[in-house]
Amino acid sequence: MATTMTDAHAAHAQDHHEPSFLRKYVFSEDHKVIGIQFLFMSLFFLMIGGLLAAIMRWQLAYPTDPSRPLPGAGLFPETMVNAGIILPEFYNSAVTMHGTIMIFFAIMPLLVGVFANYLIPLQIGAPDMAFPKLNMMSFWTAFVAGLIIMAGFFVEGGHSAAGWTQYVPLSADPEWTGVYTGQQLWLIAMTVLGFSSLMGAVNYITTVINMRAPGMTWLRMPLPTWALFITAILILLAIPVLTGALIMLLFDQTIGTTFFTVATGGEPLLWQHMFWFFGHPEVYILILPAMGFVSEIISAGSRKPVFGYNAMVLAIVAIGFIGWIVWGHHMFQSGMNPTLGMSFMVTTMIIAVPSAIKTFNWLGTMWRGDLHFHTPMLHAVAFVAMFVIGGLSGVFVASTPVDIFLHDTYFVVAHIHYVLFGGSLFAIFGAITFWFPKMFGRMMNSSLGKIHFWLTLLFFNLTFFPMHNLGIAGMMRRIYDFTQYEFLTQFQGLQVFISWSAFLLVATQVIFAFNFIYSLFKGAEAPQNPWHANSLEWTAAPSPPPHGNFERTPTVYRGPYEYSHPDAADDYWPQNAPGHAAPASEPAYAE
Amino acid sequence: MGWLPEAVSTYADRIDGIFYLILVITGVIFVVVEAVLLLFVFKYRHREGRAAHYTHGNTKVEIVWTAIPALLCVLIGVLSIGPWLEIRNQANIPADAYAIDLTAKQFEWNASYPGPDGRLGTADDVIKRNQIHIPGDRPVVVTLRSEDVIHSFFLPEFRVKQDAVPGMEIPVWFQATRTGEFTLACAELCGTGHTRMGGRLIVHSAEDFNAWLQSEGAGPPLGPRVAEASAEDIPDQEASADVPSERPVAVGTASPSTDHDHP
Ligand code: HEM
Ligand SMILES: [Cu+2]
Ligand SMILES: [Cu+2]
Repeated sequence: MATTMTDAHAAHAQDHHEPSFLRKYVFSEDHKVIGIQFLFMSLFFLMIGGLLAAIMRWQLAYPTDPSRPLPGAGLFPETMVNAGIILPEFYNSAVTMHGTIMIFFAIMPLLVGVFANYLIPLQIGAPDMAFPKLNMMSFWTAFVAGLIIMAGFFVEGGHSAAGWTQYVPLSADPEWTGVYTGQQLWLIAMTVLGFSSLMGAVNYITTVINMRAPGMTWLRMPLPTWALFITAILILLAIPVLTGALIMLLFDQTIGTTFFTVATGGEPLLWQHMFWFFGHPEVYILILPAMGFVSEIISAGSRKPVFGYNAMVLAIVAIGFIGWIVWGHHMFQSGMNPTLGMSFMVTTMIIAVPSAIKTFNWLGTMWRGDLHFHTPMLHAVAFVAMFVIGGLSGVFVASTPVDIFLHDTYFVVAHIHYVLFGGSLFAIFGAITFWFPKMFGRMMNSSLGKIHFWLTLLFFNLTFFPMHNLGIAGMMRRIYDFTQYEFLTQFQGLQVFISWSAFLLVATQVIFAFNFIYSLFKGAEAPQNPWHANSLEWTAAPSPPPHGNFERTPTVYRGPYEYSHPDAADDYWPQNAPGHAAPASEPAYAE
Repeated sequence: MGWLPEAVSTYADRIDGIFYLILVITGVIFVVVEAVLLLFVFKYRHREGRAAHYTHGNTKVEIVWTAIPALLCVLIGVLSIGPWLEIRNQANIPADAYAIDLTAKQFEWNASYPGPDGRLGTADDVIKRNQIHIPGDRPVVVTLRSEDVIHSFFLPEFRVKQDAVPGMEIPVWFQATRTGEFTLACAELCGTGHTRMGGRLIVHSAEDFNAWLQSEGAGPPLGPRVAEASAEDIPDQEASADVPSERPVAVGTASPSTDHDHP
């Protein structure tokens, strides 16, 4: 009897020190493990989204050409690909799901799910998130949403085919698309994912407000944390609007309500207003964190303080506010009152300004710096170069008369991809290579990283730059077979060129995948602070940090970008290194 | 390489003008910013012994590079307002515009012309599928409707694009600058057949258009274009509030779908 008790006790004690595999890696409450779980999940979806894009590009290069069957056509049922030819039903699903998966299941969780979770506590000197259990639930809720969205590909009738914007009435009744279950699964998955985002957002906001280490004043916070904090506020306020709209639409489809059904007094434009009232803040959710990472990487890579830190913070906050009053620029041609269109044009022009400020500040940061072009820095600089193009193309479509012509053409497709791929995804590659050593204690291979970077930059531009031209020539978005239009047949050659660039772009990502997996197991062991950075995750915690992050709570003495300070011994000066520093009450950067 | 299609409406040049203005402004910014970026990349790349210049910024430059983009955006915005209202404000639809109804449905465009009674929306309307015939000597106002989902009425050469939304009647006006055959397209994803929802827009000379009306059994023939007189040219105009000159109908008024059957 006694022995049994002792055994039980011993087992219990051991359990305490070494949590079970399940508790440590699966149902973990550690913000770092949760961030890494999001990383694996969203990289999986990035791959699915990329494959869907390749399928679309095959159709666009060889529209319904029986002599060019889709490679791997045998893997698809006849309701999707028949005799090697992609069917229009499947094409529309691919367009819809490429957009949906990339935006909601790849880029958004990569930026927020991964890095808000991983970075916020480490950068502000907190042992974990404010609500670790909620955090764990946030991941598993997203996981369930992922399962539901994937299930849509396997049901009868195929996956949703109403575009990622799900305009009603197309999305409201299976009569219009032929999609039954897939459409409802889309709505349910997105609703579930919304709850996941909300749980995360509450957590990030609370953590930033309440758990900053001593001395970590607001204006000493690293810019990724600032950006993620404002992003979390946008999520908290925008997602409920989307969720409301999703549930209304689901009710219209299933229990016969008529929010959007015209015959019974519903209003199709109501959907667009709700969708874009969420959707425009959403596009900033997709870029603000990226801007934060890039600021961090460029400052560390240039060995120089961020130029105009206060202006950078102000620009993030300004975008966070103005982002709420520009949604109508997606609806200039929708039949909305033209006077309203005019006011939305004005607000849209205003919101271009903070983006310009940030761009100039990145240039200012590099000016007279000591630039180290490691892989993360290459990606960050490319982000600036590509984001400029995406921002400038935004000005064309922001002008209402010009948008009459360019709306719903490939010009918008080019714009989206310059901001979301050239912008957000480059920043994500930069961030993954930058924080990989922190996450896994190993370096990613830098030669492979550079090869992947240059090929991606090249093929990205070859793929997407000519799309501006297609749009300027009038080619519509989301068309299955452009050869149906005589004025577009002249672009056959260009389409083939774009498609092969796109295939090479997708193939190039194999290098990244290989580097990622190889470095996980075989990468060179990472020093604690490989980039000689200042923020707490590098200077106060080992790599990878243990549960609880810091041995003792760090104290913060200065801002995060004190590179090449004349009084410091080194070209960096950790935030937590004691020394003659301004007291915490003074603004971090009094120039 | 694709470029803007030929411009064949009276306001197409104004739209293209703003397009080119933005192209020049953004083109200059693009070249300058990317050149500076490249310059910095080469000039300040790490070399042995280089030390970065320690600075947290400069308020004066911050103000300058906030003000310049702000002014340019204001400029572009102000210049855009005029053409936008000219094209879209319903008060600016020319009074003598020839009225056509255009009803979209999966996956076709049905254009209705007044029949012999000279009125739209009556049983003798002449309906053409995926073909829009218009007179070249006067403005045209097309009232857009949709029977099912949202479609988008797109005439690339005319720089015309406007969604057709179920439950709404949306007038779109334009005037051709030459006769000929042009592209009609659907620009909004509307279902499986979206890709083939195209057609032709045919601009006739004044005489040809009347001949066409006659050959189709539509009518009445259009008189010479005199802005003020045109309403009088149409017979029976006091008989109903529904005569073509009363078009367009206000945006946003819900309407029952058209009462005649489409072929
Ligand atoms: C310089 C600032 C920007 C301006 C002035 C701008 C302007 C616009 C406008 C007017 C549209 C609507 C075009 C149309 O449908 O005709 C649009 C579409 C879009 N923008 Fe931007 N934009 C800017 C930056 C961004 C950023 C930073 C992102 C995301 C990271 C973004 C993502 C998108 C997306 C996803 C769409 C397409 C939505 C769709 O119809 O599917 N934009 N932009
Ligand atoms: Cu927007
Ligand atoms: Cu369509």
